[in-house]
Amino acid sequence: MLSGLGAAFFYLFAFILVASAFMVIAARNPVHSVLFLILAFFNAAGLFLLVGAEFLAMILLIVYVGAVMVLFLFVVMMLDVDFAEMKRGALTYAPAGALIGIILLAELVVVLGGYTFSPNLASTIAHPIPALASRTNTAALGDIIYTDYIYYFQIAGLVLLVAMIGTIVLTLRHKAGVKRQSIAAQVARTPATAIEIRKVKTGEGV
Amino acid sequence: MHVGIAHFLTVSAILLTLGVFGIFLNRRNVIVMLMSIELILLAANINFVAFSAALHDLVGQVFALFVLTVAAAEAAVGLAILVVFYRNRGSIAPEDLNSMKG
Repeated sequence: MLSGLGAAFFYLFAFILVASAFMVIAARNPVHSVLFLILAFFNAAGLFLLVGAEFLAMILLIVYVGAVMVLFLFVVMMLDVDFAEMKRGALTYAPAGALIGIILLAELVVVLGGYTFSPNLASTIAHPIPALASRTNTAALGDIIYTDYIYYFQIAGLVLLVAMIGTIVLTLRHKAGVKRQSIAAQVARTPATAIEIRKVKTGEGV
Repeated sequence: MHVGIAHFLTVSAILLTLGVFGIFLNRRNVIVMLMSIELILLAANINFVAFSAALHDLVGQVFALFVLTVAAAEAAVGLAILVVFYRNRGSIAPEDLNSMKG
């Protein structure tokens, strides 16, 4: 898919991606973990750019790094957690994790080494990528998302709506003892309920 | 120096393994566990985009877009649960997640 300068950039992005992914799980401070995760997403966006998926690369940077990762950073900084205490006994599960990781990697290597593309692959392609000169990546994606995949698109929006409502419901709390403006109560006042007439004797005050 | 789909699959396989390993390594910190899940989903996305480019089929990128959507929703709800849990218990260690006796 890539050669020459593109291949060089692939190795650059891939190396930084893997290194920062390792730092995400190895960093002592979760703030550093989030920052390394942001670096990992930047390099993944670079990989996406290299293969021509510009729209996804920009979505990854703008939406993912710009919103989701900042949300992570916000939560990490908002929670006042003793992170030093948290690292205590961190290596207890490391052997089991390493074992499962190695098994998983070995299985993936077996899969990677064994697959071949089907000979009648060309007939199964649903939406070929148009030539870049005729249609940009974003326009081509829009051509099929808003037509063939409109229901999936709507369901994705619904998922986000449900996530938004769920998040608000989870984190919203009503504090007792906070005075708030009640417009209905204000509008419902009449002179009879609002005004009190007192007879004040001369020279005595209220 | 030629880079083909196997190189992309290798990168994403390493990324997925790091994500799974991170879940085990950070058993005391739910935030980093959530970040490990993000790494796993990123590995899946790299696979989708790499196959999309290799096969000249745009649908892989469409699906990667939906994976990003679901990942964003998952991160938002997960962090909200984390905030509520911290508010109630004053801790985010998974060992303290035992009020349901699970």
